[in-house]
Amino acid sequence: MGTIWFWIVAAMLTIYVVLDGFDLGVGIVYLIVARTEQDRRKAMHAIGPVWDGNEVWLIAGGGTLFFAFPLLYASSFSGFYLPLTIVLWLLIVRGLSIELRAHTHDSVFMSLFDTTFALSSLILAVFFGAALANVIRGVPLGADNYFFLPLWTNWRTGPNPGILDWYTVLGGLLAAVALAMHGLLYLALKTRGALNEKSVAWAKKALPIVAILTLASVPATVIARPASLMHYQEHGLAWLAPAMVVVSLITIAISLARGWEWRAFIGSCTYLAAMLVGAAAGLFPVVLPSVGTEGQSITIDRALAGPHAVRVGLIWWTFGILLALGYTVTVYWLFRGKVPEHTEGYGH
Amino acid sequence: MDALTLHRIHFAFTITYHYLFPQLTMGLALLIFVMKLIALRTNDPAQRERYDEASRFWARIFAINFVLGVVTGIPMEFQFGTNWSEFSRRTGGVIGQPLAMEGVFSFFLESAFLGLLMFGEKRISRKLHTLSAFMVFLGSWISGFFIIVTDAWMQHPVAYQQLPNGTFEVTSFWGLMMNPWAWLQYAHNMSGAVITGAFVMAATGALYLLQRKHEEYGRLFLKVGVVAGIASCIAQIFPTGDLHGKYMARHQPAAVAGMEGLFHSTPGAPIVLMGQPDVEKQTIDNPLAVNKVLSFLIYGTTAAEVKGLDQFPQDQWPSALPLLFYSYHIMAGLGTYFAGLMILAGFLLWRGHIYHARWLLWPILLSFPLPYIANTAGWMTAELGRQPWLVYGLMRTSEGYSKHVGPGTSLFTLLGFLGMYSVLSILWIVLVYTAIQKGPKAPVVDEGHDGHTLTTA
Repeated sequence: MGTIWFWIVAAMLTIYVVLDGFDLGVGIVYLIVARTEQDRRKAMHAIGPVWDGNEVWLIAGGGTLFFAFPLLYASSFSGFYLPLTIVLWLLIVRGLSIELRAHTHDSVFMSLFDTTFALSSLILAVFFGAALANVIRGVPLGADNYFFLPLWTNWRTGPNPGILDWYTVLGGLLAAVALAMHGLLYLALKTRGALNEKSVAWAKKALPIVAILTLASVPATVIARPASLMHYQEHGLAWLAPAMVVVSLITIAISLARGWEWRAFIGSCTYLAAMLVGAAAGLFPVVLPSVGTEGQSITIDRALAGPHAVRVGLIWWTFGILLALGYTVTVYWLFRGKVPEHTEGYGH
Repeated sequence: MDALTLHRIHFAFTITYHYLFPQLTMGLALLIFVMKLIALRTNDPAQRERYDEASRFWARIFAINFVLGVVTGIPMEFQFGTNWSEFSRRTGGVIGQPLAMEGVFSFFLESAFLGLLMFGEKRISRKLHTLSAFMVFLGSWISGFFIIVTDAWMQHPVAYQQLPNGTFEVTSFWGLMMNPWAWLQYAHNMSGAVITGAFVMAATGALYLLQRKHEEYGRLFLKVGVVAGIASCIAQIFPTGDLHGKYMARHQPAAVAGMEGLFHSTPGAPIVLMGQPDVEKQTIDNPLAVNKVLSFLIYGTTAAEVKGLDQFPQDQWPSALPLLFYSYHIMAGLGTYFAGLMILAGFLLWRGHIYHARWLLWPILLSFPLPYIANTAGWMTAELGRQPWLVYGLMRTSEGYSKHVGPGTSLFTLLGFLGMYSVLSILWIVLVYTAIQKGPKAPVVDEGHDGHTLTTA
């Protein structure tokens, strides 16, 4: 049962990264590729009906994590107190920038919201990447299962790491570039004209950087937490994930060269999903590794909620998530196709 | 200040601020759906366009408040883990259930159909668009339900067992969902949300009539607002408030004694309408009281004895007694005022005088902030009444906070939220005020082929 819930939470967070990833990515590249007011409106309109729904995957994933693994939730959320609070502030700024830009016609405010939208998207991507890297690297858990990490230390991994060290910064950079490319490919898919061409051109530049950072992340992870390889050695199936990473990077390269917008975007979705599944496979069956001497790693078994809760949960969760997938697909279907040249929403 | 106090202020501040938005959106969602439904069912094109445009206008106000509700709501989920980690660790096996269900069942529903409601009118049929309004309403009300199930378990724990290591786990899913406390509190809370929506709508109508602009919509908003206001104000007092109070007296007698300022057990207890509790001397200063009413309200007979605070050890008294007393009295007092104002307005509406009764339009306009105060006071009554318990009778508040997060860190993020939310408040006021001043679009006759179709300018 614990294994099922581990993969459920991993799947929800993966869907979050794939979906909200492209609107975060649009934010990262927004000021660079969308220069004119018309292009900016188009870029905003490309994510307008869906960004809020994408973000829900984070909330629902967090809620599911709380429900299935209360100990993990309590330990990690209080331990990562400062970075999580900063994430909250950034999510607030970003959500408002998108919403408020649509409600104002004053050019000063519009450029303010453009900037806050781009900046908050960029920093969020870096923080999400660094957060994942923190979990992969491990934290100094105490005997009581709690820890409290400072934002930075001497930048080294080891017994007393900070939130930011060389490894987690690498994770942050990789996330920022990968999501930027993801956003560019989404924009290429959803728009026509100059915005489309610029997005493709920038995606071509981003791809080699993504590939290099991805390659670098493999030895880096083995240095930061050698145990990551353990599960791979035990279960050959896990190697599918890194294989998919390579395949999807090649797919993106070929699709970009031939102008296949759909395949390029699907390739980037697969890339992100495979990266995350690969990371989860490296962790399993641990959910929060411990570094240092005092504590022991939090595993699925230790963190799992009571048997009645997780059994009943599986029933309503399956039912609920099918409904949620239904709405998500419906909305994407109704807003399918390229953003029209002149767009007018419900007061947007 | 010590860490516990700071964590409490942190949570109290962020949740009080957050609740300004959902109470309006939960109320408005119902009213928007009703107006969409009227538009769908009518055969008169002018009437249909009027109700459609009214729905569009309120959907814009809804969207602003919804986004603010979402962005201030995300911190609430996080804070269970960040600031109240020990509480989460021990009770997550129970309250994780409704909290996760809220995410899975309501947030997806709301966000998907809000996208359709806002952006999809030209892409989907009228029926589907009305259905979107219904789904947004349904989603926001389901969301409220799961939050109240969570709170109700803290108020009145049911369907759980405690393990030797101190953690709790749920033993019956249905027992948790059917907690009677949750249903009573939910009914009381939702009528409070409709009151907020109705007052804001009626006040906007009153504003337009006083300004002599958008008068057609002014009359419409006033009418819908007053009708919904009467229904919700009455439901708020009877049966929901009455039943909730009786249930509370049975299960949290110390809280009720604190709310009523009853320091000593009294047969034929009086109800104190006004007064200032003095905790040291254990009296109410300057009381305005009516004899025997409290006993009657709780037990149905004027002679029954109501338990006072002296029946409980002092370390189990609600810790902020005067604040609890005032919150409850503000809530009850305003609730009475709302019912009176709306019934008066309803009488004038029925007689057809209301649109010109400027002496009444002014109080309707100026009363729109009061439901926010009343609902906030209501929440404070419930939450302060629960103190000193985090989970009533099982876990004290002092056991629940994150011991590894120091007071300085908590203060830092509290100041950050204060700063951020004060900017939000300004933006919110400007946005809503601008949208209201701009108003709905006036219907104009289309110059097109048949000369009868009405469209918007």
